[in-house]
Amino acid sequence: MAEHKKLPEGGVIEKGGTAHGYSTGGWRKLRPVVDLGKCTNCMICWVMCPDSAVIVQDGKMVGFDLEHCKGCGICAVECPDKVKAIKMNEEAD
Amino acid sequence: MAVTAHTKKAALTGNTAVAIAMKQINPDVYPAYPITPSTGIVEDFSGFVADGSVDTELITVESEHSAMSACIGASAAGARVMTATSSQGLALMWEMLYIASGMRLPIVIADVNRALSAPINIHCDHSDSMGARDAGWLQLYAETVQEAYDNVFMAMRIAENAKVMLPAMVCMDGFITSHAIENLDLLSDEEVRGFVGEYKGRNSLLDTDNPVTWGAMVLQDHYITFKHQQSEAMTRAKGVAAGVMKEFGEKFGRPYGLIDAYRLEDAEAAIVIMNSAAGTTKVVVDDLRKQGKKVGVLRLRLFRPFPFKEIADALRGVKVVAVLDRADSMNSFGGPLFNELRSALYDLDNRPKVMSRIYGLGGRDYKVKDAVEVFEELLNISKTGKIDTMTKYITL
Repeated sequence: MAEHKKLPEGGVIEKGGTAHGYSTGGWRKLRPVVDLGKCTNCMICWVMCPDSAVIVQDGKMVGFDLEHCKGCGICAVECPDKVKAIKMNEEAD
Repeated sequence: MAVTAHTKKAALTGNTAVAIAMKQINPDVYPAYPITPSTGIVEDFSGFVADGSVDTELITVESEHSAMSACIGASAAGARVMTATSSQGLALMWEMLYIASGMRLPIVIADVNRALSAPINIHCDHSDSMGARDAGWLQLYAETVQEAYDNVFMAMRIAENAKVMLPAMVCMDGFITSHAIENLDLLSDEEVRGFVGEYKGRNSLLDTDNPVTWGAMVLQDHYITFKHQQSEAMTRAKGVAAGVMKEFGEKFGRPYGLIDAYRLEDAEAAIVIMNSAAGTTKVVVDDLRKQGKKVGVLRLRLFRPFPFKEIADALRGVKVVAVLDRADSMNSFGGPLFNELRSALYDLDNRPKVMSRIYGLGGRDYKVKDAVEVFEELLNISKTGKIDTMTKYITL
């Protein structure tokens, strides 16, 4: 209760960037899986991901931030036809 | 109407008096969408903007929904914000009213009370602001032009108090108060500045060095906690309002309280009523007192938060009470004021008998004879101990 009372008045979030610390990946029904052997690091998936959930290190695509990926599948669709390195798998499988 | 008030005394309509109060406060932002009978406030205020006598940003918007949305955005940006509306205008603001109060933004609006459609009607009743009674706004009601003017300053102070931070509605009767000219005392601009002070908004959206998010989604984890905070703020607002009203009286010689108890000390029968109709009722009380009848009036100045304890104290010892509502809850069980007031009396050891009378809807006159009839009925009930009709329309 004491902790609850410290919540900022009116529901204001008093600093920026806090969404990073709030896991929203639990809504996901489809999980993106990348075949790094096929990936050409064109970065189209990184550009198109609406949740900035494509992780890039040293200019290379290395995987997905599954704490924030909602499984929309845009990355899999946008991955170039000649590459098709991303598949969407059922989370339930 | 031309505003020529430069002296302390002035003869003004309620609308002009409220517009002058707003001018003296000099808010930062004023989203404007005029509607009868509050149009005069917006007209006069836009004149002040055009004349350069305020620094306010007047935003002409395309609807009242947008007006309240602009109020919310500007207030979240840290501005002191005011506007005015009536009836359908307030109804169109509805969903935004809850957002303003939930986001704890101390916006102050004038609501010039007017009936809601249908049938369409431009005249006075309280269905607009009574409909908004659960929206989390403070509500102050005024009997006279003087009081409407004074309430604007008090509402601002209560709303912006750090313990409160809730929006406020200053209500007065459409046409009866808004368009009638009364003599009143104006405060000087210096007095107003001294009383309302400077407003410093918290977590301003314009403070780009310290970015914040307003209006984020809150689910099962915390929503109820924010509502609890809001509810506690509304509870604290009663004490703050009493303090602000006392301070106003001490500074400017016009004492105000949460309620206005008129000749209730030894009263046997009382009418509870709000806004301008209280004046008519007081005249009748004076007449009946001359005939030796023990009658009185209770008028609420503050409806939100509801001063239940003060009401119970004032009506302690009264035998019969008629609550006159200028709005119907359409619940087949009396008006909104009746229901809450009757509940406020429940814990009294010897609680009065209470009945509901709905009057004056859509601007229907409430006359001396109407108040006389209610008092006669009350005095009769006082003898017989029996209420024939709990809920009834009068002034039909």
